[in-house]
Amino acid sequence: MLTVSDLSFSYGAKQALDGVSFTARPGRFTALLGPNGAGKSTLYALLTRLFTTPTGQITVAGHDLAQAPRQALAAMGVVFQQPTLDLDLTIRQNLSYFAALHGLSGRDAAVRIDAALDRLAIRDRAGEKARALNGGHRRRTELARALIHRPKVLLCDEPTVGLDAQARAAITDHVHDLAEDGLTVLWATHLTDEVRPGDDLLLLHHGRLRAEGRTEELTGGQPLKDWFLSRTDVQVEAGT
Amino acid sequence: MIRRFPAFRAIVTREVLRFVHQRERFLAALVRPLVWLLVFAAGFRAALGLSIIPPYETYITYETYITPGLCGMILLFNGMQTSLSLVYDREMGSMRLLLTAPLPRWFLLFSKLCGATFIGILQCYAFLVIAGLFGIDHPPLGYLTILPALILAGLMLGALGLAISSFIKQLENFAGVMNFVIFPMFFLSSALYPLWKMKESSELLYWICAVNPFTHAVELIRFALYVNLSPIALLWTLVAGGLFTALALWGYDPARGMIRKRG
Repeated sequence: MLTVSDLSFSYGAKQALDGVSFTARPGRFTALLGPNGAGKSTLYALLTRLFTTPTGQITVAGHDLAQAPRQALAAMGVVFQQPTLDLDLTIRQNLSYFAALHGLSGRDAAVRIDAALDRLAIRDRAGEKARALNGGHRRRTELARALIHRPKVLLCDEPTVGLDAQARAAITDHVHDLAEDGLTVLWATHLTDEVRPGDDLLLLHHGRLRAEGRTEELTGGQPLKDWFLSRTDVQVEAGT
Repeated sequence: MIRRFPAFRAIVTREVLRFVHQRERFLAALVRPLVWLLVFAAGFRAALGLSIIPPYETYITYETYITPGLCGMILLFNGMQTSLSLVYDREMGSMRLLLTAPLPRWFLLFSKLCGATFIGILQCYAFLVIAGLFGIDHPPLGYLTILPALILAGLMLGALGLAISSFIKQLENFAGVMNFVIFPMFFLSSALYPLWKMKESSELLYWICAVNPFTHAVELIRFALYVNLSPIALLWTLVAGGLFTALALWGYDPARGMIRKRG
């Protein structure tokens, strides 16, 4: 479970987030939909404690991020928007590095890494440098890496940026499956085709939460793309 | 409770692997001080007369004089290289991976600092071995007693690099750091000429050199290489190291860090 309450943040005079509150529940794929500049990246930076804010509260799997940051971070898996694989290291070295950052080493780490490589069906390529992987495989590796320490909450910050349609669909499907298996998933995106009717939806625009609920109930049968555009004035902005 | 040792080991190993992969950096790190030693010093030995000053007990060649200073230079460049790679990491995203590990931030940064210092020390030893091949040798025990001095000087200069990296907004601004940190620190120190020489030409420059932490890092190394200790140099290095570390921790503090602007 991920709970955010009354979170605000500003860069100097510019308000990036304004009183954002929501809950992402276990076993649910919660999509955080918002146009570019809506405040998604700021929200993710706060959720991952890259920086902090004096207002509002974030709780990850029952741990307050401000009071018990290490327990909260240990319960969290993150796929960042930026690529974070070290391309000069092998795939296995990349996974071992991450496992060690979470205190895992030796046999325990090796077993988990092998399992992650098997899930990706790239165990035979584990000795290759990450540079040898294509964009889709790199992302899948990052996703598998984010799960090595068995987090309860998975945060994905626009993880499909730069991928082709096929790789995008594969990753989106995979994370939906993970949510069905019981993981709490928060998935930021500005692409409506990544959101399914049964997903929970949060609409973020100009730093404020504009809508929250089950996608099909919010849209009332309207295509999500049209609903999204009508709620965010993107069409109007694009036309001016 | 997350075990810290695997994380420490992994961060240090990653720094070493990264250094080994960057062959140009490895080569440049070795060639730079050797050029100073074999070319610059050869030209200057005739121009500069050195008197006997501690820790030396006899007349020494100019090459012998600048060897500890060049060890300091290796550590200084290494510290700045670390700073550069931290800014690069921040732009690329791998810094996020590091800082979201469930460990105290000071510990993660300290591990990074230790990795960088370890690489700097390896370079210093490689340099001393090559210098030895060219006939510039030191008391055998000095090669051992220099180690703690290299560790302290390396940590101090690495902490400076860490502090600087937290205040640099973009990779492009890095050339300025080279001009405004490395060169003044190096030339306004006792690395290339003893301070009394500097005093002969300018009292002001002498005082700048005398308070420059890099001078004290070099003197700490110089005395250690001759199985000797300079308490003043040790004290200065520790104080400067402490200050730079505090500055770095402040710069990377999530409540006010500069990471917030650049992501």
